[in-house]
Amino acid sequence: MPDMVQPRPPRGNRPTKEHMAGIPAGLWQKCPKCSALLYVKELERNLRVCHNCHHHFRLSIDERITQLTDEGSFSEIDAGMRSLNPLDFPEYEEKLASDRRKTGREEAFLYGDATLDGIPIVFGLANFDFRAGSMGSVVGEKVTRALERGAKLRRPVILVTASGGARMQEGIISLMQMAKTAAACARLKQAGQLYMVIMTDNTTAGVLASFASLGDIIIAEPGATIGFAGPRVIEQNLKIKLPPGTHCAEFQIAHGMIDMVVNRRELRTTVGKLLGYLAPANAEPEATDDVLVAVSQRD
Amino acid sequence: MAIISPSRWLPFEKPLQEIEEQIKLLEEYTASHGIDRSDKIHEMRVRHNELSHQIFSNLSAWDKTMMARHPNRPYTLDYIKIIFDDFIELHGDRRFGDDAAIVAGVARLDGQTVMVIGHQKGRDVKERQFRNFGSARPEGYRKAMRVMELAEQSGVPVISFIDTPAAEARPEAEERGISEAIASSMALMSRLRTPIYVVVIGEGGSGGAIGIAVGDHVAMLEHSVYSVIPPEGCAAIMDAFGRDGSRGFEAAQALKLTAQDNLRLGIIDEVITEPIGGAHRNLNGTAELIKSSIKAILPGLQTLPVETLLEQRYARFRRIGQFVEEG
Repeated sequence: MPDMVQPRPPRGNRPTKEHMAGIPAGLWQKCPKCSALLYVKELERNLRVCHNCHHHFRLSIDERITQLTDEGSFSEIDAGMRSLNPLDFPEYEEKLASDRRKTGREEAFLYGDATLDGIPIVFGLANFDFRAGSMGSVVGEKVTRALERGAKLRRPVILVTASGGARMQEGIISLMQMAKTAAACARLKQAGQLYMVIMTDNTTAGVLASFASLGDIIIAEPGATIGFAGPRVIEQNLKIKLPPGTHCAEFQIAHGMIDMVVNRRELRTTVGKLLGYLAPANAEPEATDDVLVAVSQRD
Repeated sequence: MAIISPSRWLPFEKPLQEIEEQIKLLEEYTASHGIDRSDKIHEMRVRHNELSHQIFSNLSAWDKTMMARHPNRPYTLDYIKIIFDDFIELHGDRRFGDDAAIVAGVARLDGQTVMVIGHQKGRDVKERQFRNFGSARPEGYRKAMRVMELAEQSGVPVISFIDTPAAEARPEAEERGISEAIASSMALMSRLRTPIYVVVIGEGGSGGAIGIAVGDHVAMLEHSVYSVIPPEGCAAIMDAFGRDGSRGFEAAQALKLTAQDNLRLGIIDEVITEPIGGAHRNLNGTAELIKSSIKAILPGLQTLPVETLLEQRYARFRRIGQFVEEG
């Protein structure tokens, strides 16, 4: 009987709806881990890491590009590449359309040329808000092209991963992207180019079991969920209770699967140092310029 | 015609079960009473044959999933025994242990040496546990890699049998890097300087399957399946099936996981027709068909210059994917 419920009169300092309405939306954000109330501008200045508990919020595409490449250096390639519905999977096109609207991007992965501390790199990153960063034809193709570009232009490749795994709606074609990207990693290795992976929340399943695990250097952000099968899936399917902390960055480093867990505030410096120390040996500027021209004409 | 134990009949096999039981009774009757009922038996055999053709040429994606998991379906070692003249199994990954869910070893194929790897399921309760239901652990992939490198060193081709529900995902597998093992195995196979022939004989289950399925030629048995996720799992996590695991029938259809679908999609190169009624009714016949396929394909791969072989293998997986480029 809703008419029996009287609104409680405002009392003391309790914020009323009217008061709340006076606060511009998105000024404050609550930390999902420690519940601290965070001033958004402050949070952004802190690279979206909670001051209180160091919880790493997910970064947007733009924030990530800004954080890990020289200002204005990133130029995206193949931005218009779009998924089809090769299996005629129910509801797939609708989901794609809604994620395109939601993220303003065509797909779950972006790559392009960039520099970091002045060193030319191929930089790629996941768009997690698009189908949970899952790998279908487009993601597989873009990751492969990024790795191939690194091999061809003799540049280091840095990929930031975040993915729920394979794109279910593309079925077996998604599974094949694991083989395709792994093969491209092998070629980059043969070309002698540095390949760095930065695993962010969350990096799992088909992406973890392919190009993400093949980095020469693998760095993860603190607390990132990293694992072959998601914890919930394991608990449901195998009917077992997982001990806490089995599928995270800290677990993976404890078992020797990744090189470092680096707080986001130190990430750029760390990546920049490693790149600077390891990559100059590979640089062959003259050859690079020639190929560059050829490639940019094709693009 | 194999008589299989009653509990192991699949629903669509039931009409055949009835006839097979009647034939058996008639045969027993003939033997015990000395009355010749061979006319009747012959008639029933003809009927059985017709019905088999009807049933097995019209299996749904879900039926095929059941066929691929049939408890009587031949496993890797069953085929190895028939296809190869000799098989010397090699064990262990030299790092942690020996995974019984993947077998590997040196074999002889009509006078030539080949290296064989494959998932192995178990037949009875004890063996199933020993084989971990065909779910390979990191050690399994690392053993396979070690043996494949030996194949490369010895200049002999690799034959890979695929039959796994999925790779092991328990924390123990996580601790030892199941993802890294699968990824590294695929990377190794993509550049292995010797021919690789792959055949899916039962379940081609996701990452667990592709981990040892990167080859120059990929075949599937007629009633095997190859999929990114089991249909029940797919139905359970996807809105399109109301997140209802019992709608696996629909998910199987949507996932296009049959051998025929995989051929149409360009994922595999060949469908090997199974004897009527499926591999579990005729192990020898099926093994001979796989052997014929291997022997038809290998010589062509072995005469290719290694660089060409590697280019072709890279291109084979490189071209898989459907998208449009705009802007």
